[in-house]
Amino acid sequence: MKLNQLSVFLENKPGRLSHPCKALAEAGINLLTLSLADTQQFGILRLIVRDWEKARDVLTQAGCVVRVTEVVAIEVADRPGGLEEVLKVIEAEGVNIEYMYAFTFRSHDRAVLVFRFDAPDAAIKTLQAKGVNVLQDVELYKLVEQ
Amino acid sequence: MSAFAFENRIWDEAETTPRDRLGKLQARRLRELVARVAEVPFYKEALARAKVKPGDIKGPDDIRRLPFTAKEDLRQHYPLGFLAVPRSQVARFHGSSGTTGKPTFVAYTADDLELWANLCARFLVAGGLRPEHTVQIAFGYGLFTGGFGLHYGVEKVGASVVPAAAGNTPRQLMLMQDLQADVLVCTPSYALNIAEVARQQGIDPRTLPLKFAHFGAEPWTEDMRKQIEAELDLIASNNYGLSEVIGPGVSGECAARNGMHISEDHFLAECVHPDTLEPVARGEQGELVFTTLTKQAMPLIRYRTRDIASLDSSPCPCGRTGARMSWVLGRTDDMLIIRGVNVFPSQIEEALLRVEGTAPHYLIEVDRPGAMDEVTVHVEVRPESFSDKMSQMQVLRDRIDREIQAVTGIRANVQLVEPQSLERSVGKAKRVVDHRREKGLI
Amino acid sequence: MAELWNDQVGEFPAASVQDFLPVEKLRQIQLRRLQAAVARAYEQQELIHNRMEERRLNPGCVRSVEDVSRLPFTVKADLRDTYPFGMFASPIHEVVRLHASSGTTGKPIVVAYTKEDIEVWSSVMVRTLVACGLHRGDIIQNSYGYGLFTGGLGAHYGAEALGATVIPTSGGNTDRQIMVMKDFCVTAICCTPSYFLHLLDRAAELGVDVKALPLRAGVFGAEPWTEAMRQRIEAEGNIKAYDIYGLSEIIGPGVASECEAQNGLHIFEDHFYPEIIDPETGQPVPDGQEGELVLTTLSKYAMPMIRYRTRDITRLIAEPCRCGRTVRRMARVGRRSDDMFIVRGVNVFPSQVEAALLAVEQTLPHYQIVLTREKDLDQMEVQVEVTAEVFSDEIRALESLRTKLAQALDSALGVRVKVSLVEPHTIARSEGKARRVIDKRQM
Repeated sequence: MKLNQLSVFLENKPGRLSHPCKALAEAGINLLTLSLADTQQFGILRLIVRDWEKARDVLTQAGCVVRVTEVVAIEVADRPGGLEEVLKVIEAEGVNIEYMYAFTFRSHDRAVLVFRFDAPDAAIKTLQAKGVNVLQDVELYKLVEQ
Repeated sequence: MSAFAFENRIWDEAETTPRDRLGKLQARRLRELVARVAEVPFYKEALARAKVKPGDIKGPDDIRRLPFTAKEDLRQHYPLGFLAVPRSQVARFHGSSGTTGKPTFVAYTADDLELWANLCARFLVAGGLRPEHTVQIAFGYGLFTGGFGLHYGVEKVGASVVPAAAGNTPRQLMLMQDLQADVLVCTPSYALNIAEVARQQGIDPRTLPLKFAHFGAEPWTEDMRKQIEAELDLIASNNYGLSEVIGPGVSGECAARNGMHISEDHFLAECVHPDTLEPVARGEQGELVFTTLTKQAMPLIRYRTRDIASLDSSPCPCGRTGARMSWVLGRTDDMLIIRGVNVFPSQIEEALLRVEGTAPHYLIEVDRPGAMDEVTVHVEVRPESFSDKMSQMQVLRDRIDREIQAVTGIRANVQLVEPQSLERSVGKAKRVVDHRREKGLI
Repeated sequence: MAELWNDQVGEFPAASVQDFLPVEKLRQIQLRRLQAAVARAYEQQELIHNRMEERRLNPGCVRSVEDVSRLPFTVKADLRDTYPFGMFASPIHEVVRLHASSGTTGKPIVVAYTKEDIEVWSSVMVRTLVACGLHRGDIIQNSYGYGLFTGGLGAHYGAEALGATVIPTSGGNTDRQIMVMKDFCVTAICCTPSYFLHLLDRAAELGVDVKALPLRAGVFGAEPWTEAMRQRIEAEGNIKAYDIYGLSEIIGPGVASECEAQNGLHIFEDHFYPEIIDPETGQPVPDGQEGELVLTTLSKYAMPMIRYRTRDITRLIAEPCRCGRTVRRMARVGRRSDDMFIVRGVNVFPSQVEAALLAVEQTLPHYQIVLTREKDLDQMEVQVEVTAEVFSDEIRALESLRTKLAQALDSALGVRVKVSLVEPHTIARSEGKARRVIDKRQM
């Protein structure tokens, strides 16, 4: 149920973002989604790709510091209130979110939320019990690449 | 069983002056004081209003005919309005927190400094200090009077001084062990912090070379003393003072541990009801008021300390005759003492006013989660200054942090909160939540 | 104060009489004190005793001041190896003060003073302040940091003994420093020269015209500076800026000071005997030639230092000075013969930085120290490469690593350090040892 997300350490200065992206592009790796968190001094680029192992090797080869983190993808309806319904469940169950980001699809009425929980396995169980649609990795790839 | 927790020794014969002679001495010094302040503009006017002349002072009780002095008066005559000697005779200036960005300044002549060292030596020796000791002073030096008062007092006694100053606890521990410091001078909460950091480093705090400690600069309790003495295996004594009066050295505990002996030959003490300003009944709690009998550079008459305590002038087995004051039980104003530093909420407000983008709504939360005080200032952000860039919000937070530090001298955790999220009450907003009080720590 | 420091004895201020002695008389005093100092070190300091024995020397070998060059050197590592009490020549109950300065590793250098040592220290600081044109009645703001660092308390005791008014503002809180300077009509300030420049910048921002204030002298030390900096300080502050010199191992500030001629620093030779050596060979070089300054304390009791190698590169000037002082001068110190650098008056060794990083990360990361000057204030940045072992996906964890590193450095060095996490392989590696310190400061 969990997805492997790659996180890359970046210094917060111009041009740093293009370095890992270029390395992946040259290796023919397609980014399914990405998010960037910034602070005054550094940033963390978070990526989801289909072949995460290959991407990890490519990035490491390119001199990046890479970490693999388990995240959970959840599908919701892409309409007002879609996110809120899921968040309500999370809040009610006392599941702790480290961070999250979301994306939608052009030809779709669905949106995907990516969560990093401090206890992902427990979170998946709880969410599924409440009828939330937790995506398998293949399902996500299918959705994105449709 | 002995009446003493440890050996009773007396530094200065004057500490044992019989009370009747002490009263006469006070009356004479008070007369001289009234004459000496005649040219200080504030007192010139106040004494004229009260129609008091030096000759009217017959006994120490005549103090009640004299006017009070408040912190506000010092602020209004900033910086040198209270000086009673030519400026060239001033050997030192110190400062303490004011209610605004301007601190309160106090002045000393060379004789005042000598007196101060001697008064600190009194309570240090009363609390067990001997010339063969090595004393680590973990108080801040600088404008704050705590570090210097104790430094010169220890030097007077002839012990070795390690002027470690405040902060850097791992280094304090290293020095303490390596230099075999057997006496610690700091705030009581910092002593607990030292014990905590020692444990984190795998050092049993009881094995540290410390034997004695002299604590002051913040309120504490008998329970806290028991805890510190147990954790660090030392004898902890309480001392009291405030910059306006002289700094540390106003009073301190002896080996009998039943209150802090006030050096009444130099400070005339009163305990008054904070509203009526009339003397409270013997032994009752009230606000302490001090008159400096011998200070030259900046003598003060009936200075209102805002500290609540009680006085006891019954005989003490140690032989000292100076009245004893109780632990300080509270304040009659909104001043907070954080890690030994006096902070007024109005100072925080002033710091926030200097930063654009903050709303004038804030809440000061004080707590002591471990050994040390922590302050969190919750500040409402103005909607227009909100930025979606985390880095910009961090810049705003750092700026507030710096201003608070510049005005108050303490570091606070700054929490930016959403507009309209802090509770508004009708009339005056609740600005301070002090969890230490709920926990019985102060 | 029984002694009237500012009274004139003949044509000299009483406090500074020793600065004006006829040279023969000075050499006599030096010889007598040197013999006593060597005897004391030989008897009380095991390290010195053994080294002299090895060279078949005894205190009787010192028959002239020049014989000092026969004695063995003392180096900073000796103080580390004998830490904490090994170099004390007095029993601890005679010691009234302990100070500490940066060591090359986690442990500091500890120095001790008897009551007499403190009196000598105060007297050489009085001579320093008098040489800088100060006297009783001056209002001296002391912005050197107080505490274990000798700068703060050294200047404080000197100013007090001078009979001046002392305002012990200590370091930091620039706005308040400016307020004090203005509100109390301060006439002289003691601080590092770069801090004073920073103070000028900040005063301008606050709309305070320092030129118009009564401030007339700056007693500047604890870090290297240049004539260009002096010119800027004097022009922008409308003051006279004096260079002073000292080091904790010898006594603290008060080893040497400029006079009104502002042309070299007079060494208080009756207490500190100077030599210049070739740092490579250890051989003495004649006056006027550049080399490493070596100092022998002539009167220190608790911790005498025999031929202490300061690592500071300078030269001695024996020609008479127009101020009339007969004690020799040393030229401004510009560089060092080791890798120590000074940040805001605090001495830092790269090895201390390494020890601190190692304590947090277990293995030593690639790092680089970058020194800059922003608004005339030294900034020390330590760039640390992020490795796979320490990288976390969470900002909070990385921030906490950064804080931990900063705290460890702060605690070890006593100076605030900015820690930057940088990507791997961004710090240039040279063959063999990496270039650890990039000093971009313009002085």
